[in-house]
Amino acid sequence: MTYIIYIALVFMALGLMLAFIRFIKGPSAGDRTVALDTLTTIGTAALVFLGFLFQRFIYIDVALVYGVLGFIGVIVIARYLEGAL
Amino acid sequence: MIYFVLIAFLLLLMIAAAIYSISQKDLLYATLATGIISLVLSILFYLLQAPDVALTEAAIGVALTTIIFLITIRNTVRFENDEDNFKSEVK
Amino acid sequence: MSIMEIIGSIFIIIGSIFLFLGGLGIYRMPDIYNRLQAGTKATTLGAMSLILGVGFLEPSWMLKALIIIIFIAFSNPISSHALARANYKRKHFPVILSDDKENMDAYREVIEQEDKEVKS
Repeated sequence: MTYIIYIALVFMALGLMLAFIRFIKGPSAGDRTVALDTLTTIGTAALVFLGFLFQRFIYIDVALVYGVLGFIGVIVIARYLEGAL
Repeated sequence: MIYFVLIAFLLLLMIAAAIYSISQKDLLYATLATGIISLVLSILFYLLQAPDVALTEAAIGVALTTIIFLITIRNTVRFENDEDNFKSEVK
Repeated sequence: MSIMEIIGSIFIIIGSIFLFLGGLGIYRMPDIYNRLQAGTKATTLGAMSLILGVGFLEPSWMLKALIIIIFIAFSNPISSHALARANYKRKHFPVILSDDKENMDAYREVIEQEDKEVKS
């Protein structure tokens, strides 16, 4: 069980790091917004997994709020890029 | 041990995003970097056993800050230009 | 280990591998639409699988895990679609390698028609 926790944490950290490198490098605004969307989804999954590691039921609520509100910022940025905000 | 490594990794990520945000001339990219800072800061509060602060940070930082900054950018200018600001101040 | 722990561990490993593949696709893909594809679909599957694995490991958390899965399944395609439409309207057209260019990219005609109507 310990190795499974280590493997999952390392994979999620690598995914966060690669998406962040794309955020730094990305040539246009669309690439950076896609990287932000990916980072938000990986962050939601990481919050649920860390709540399982701490064995606290109340910690899941943070991930619930992130899942509900996380896409509003991306949609507003997309509307701004489209020119219709 | 693994928690210290995780906290160090997240801190490095957050500091890199903050440096990118303050050194960027395009204000839209700086706003996007602010969203990443908020996400990583929320995970850090979570790791430091403060779920209520993490809840507030997630609710305010990911939605409200981005929307207010984008409305501001829409009403003013997107690109920061040092020379124009300097000239307007001199005149 | 009981049978539930084994199932949950398999789901968690699959989910974390797909989250990593989403990040790798964001980093490696050449075009913005390819990045959108890799970064949204793979990440959606990874997050849903990992949260379901946590729900199997702690059976009393299953209801809230299912609620989070439903929210992810609604919100990720919405943001993906909004981003793809915004990028297309900013005239970042996709690179087409096929010979049949007109049928592969039918939405471009609609955009160009709208541009003509706005100009005239």
